[in-house]
Amino acid sequence: MKVGIVGIGHGKFGRRSDATVQELAFEPFREALIDAGDITQHDIDATIIGSSPEYHKQRSLPGVVAEYLGVNPQPTWLTEAACASGSAAIRTAYVAIKSGMQEVVAVIGLQKMTELTTPEILALMGRVGDVQWESIFGTTFPGYYALYATRHMYEFRTTKEQMAMVAVKNHHYGTMNPKAMFQKEVTIEKCLASDKVAYPLNVFDCCANADGAACIIMTNEKNAKKLNDTPIWLEGLGCASAEMSVLRRPHLVGIPSTVEASKQAYKQAGIKPKDVDVADVHDCFTIAEIMAYEDLGFCEKGKGGKFIEEKQSYIGGKTPVNIDGGLKAKGHPVGATGVSMTTEIVKQLRGEAGKRQVDAEIGLTHNVGGIGQYCFVHIHGR
Amino acid sequence: MPFHYFGKINFVPYTKVTKFADYLKDGKLMGTRCKKCGEFYFPPRADCIKCFSDEFEWVETTGKGRLHTYTIIYAAPTGFDDIAPYIIGVLDLDDGGRLLGWVDVPEEQIEIEMRLKAVPKIFEEIPDIKLYYSLEKIK
Repeated sequence: MKVGIVGIGHGKFGRRSDATVQELAFEPFREALIDAGDITQHDIDATIIGSSPEYHKQRSLPGVVAEYLGVNPQPTWLTEAACASGSAAIRTAYVAIKSGMQEVVAVIGLQKMTELTTPEILALMGRVGDVQWESIFGTTFPGYYALYATRHMYEFRTTKEQMAMVAVKNHHYGTMNPKAMFQKEVTIEKCLASDKVAYPLNVFDCCANADGAACIIMTNEKNAKKLNDTPIWLEGLGCASAEMSVLRRPHLVGIPSTVEASKQAYKQAGIKPKDVDVADVHDCFTIAEIMAYEDLGFCEKGKGGKFIEEKQSYIGGKTPVNIDGGLKAKGHPVGATGVSMTTEIVKQLRGEAGKRQVDAEIGLTHNVGGIGQYCFVHIHGR
Repeated sequence: MPFHYFGKINFVPYTKVTKFADYLKDGKLMGTRCKKCGEFYFPPRADCIKCFSDEFEWVETTGKGRLHTYTIIYAAPTGFDDIAPYIIGVLDLDDGGRLLGWVDVPEEQIEIEMRLKAVPKIFEEIPDIKLYYSLEKIK
């Protein structure tokens, strides 16, 4: 029995001072119910929230969200895997449906980050490293990826210009996505001249903290065919972890959990990396997208810089990547991101992506939690 | 000496390897070694990941090693803004294990794979005892 996605919804990402977390959740939930063929909240038999709870003033998110969405007394719970919480929720839904325990599940990726100040967020995110031995030196989240970037530059001659090219591409496609936080083109020069955050990363190498929510409705094969004439199937799911501390990682030029999770997903789906027609990868930083090309097998290890330089991740290249703008232009409301990626891939496979449509049979999402402590790779097909 | 003396800001005051801070105050950089299989750990661990023994002993490391990678933090988190920008380096220790700490070498002289030594320090600008180590050129 296959598991399919029959409804998608996506709220506006950005600084959402106009809404509470539960109000943010309502936007894509409503859209997804309509998209799933006008089902109602009573047809949902479980609601799974993907979110990183420490950003919110409101404790225990599923409680307040389920009430606001009117999905009591059906079950609801939270999944947490830092920036991959959304994909963790999707995997949980897959397992629940596959087991027969649930039939129609709403997965909501949700985050409101701007209740905190930027230094508070930097402190909080820096603690996704080992707090005993690392955070005491004032590590930050960009700082960790910067450690990877410096080593990648040393081993493979990757350049800051190549990193900037990732930002240029993602902002370019962001202009075509009305739900994205930023809809402005940027240039390599502008990226390189932007404020320093953590050498070698500048502001334009980093995605932005944001508020937002996305929702998908997942169900079993029997229901999917009834509800929707174009269900998108989850054909392969991979999930892996890596050492919390970068000090205990085998190397600092790639994310080992990405390699492992993608192997699992390719195997289940019975495909090779070159079969992927469109991908949404975790570009929390420009270097992260470059490493993702390599770790997902779109190119050889060390050739990620060349891959973007040759525009292989643009529409028309070998593997179009983040043509919804990525985390970089959309903004990165931590828990919402994995679900947001999934809505884009579903749109691409349905042929509903408008100006940024590619001819796609197979789509991939790659969602990383922390600095690769968690990784989820999902392969979708028509 | 409690472990909360380790770090400009300490987030975990309680640990089974709290003696690390005592040694550091005395100028010693210590790792742990599993008594059963001999595996060496830096940062120290109370429990062996290889053989699952919970018996360990303290072993001094020279702190010498090669700079694996580094970054310069300009946008600092709460509690570190007063010392930004600062350089964070990752050192591959000659004795095994890795260490993350502040690099006390001028930016323009830093090179990946350069030889450095982690030197135990007391953060003097702060009234309470605050211990750390800095990565310095080997004299």
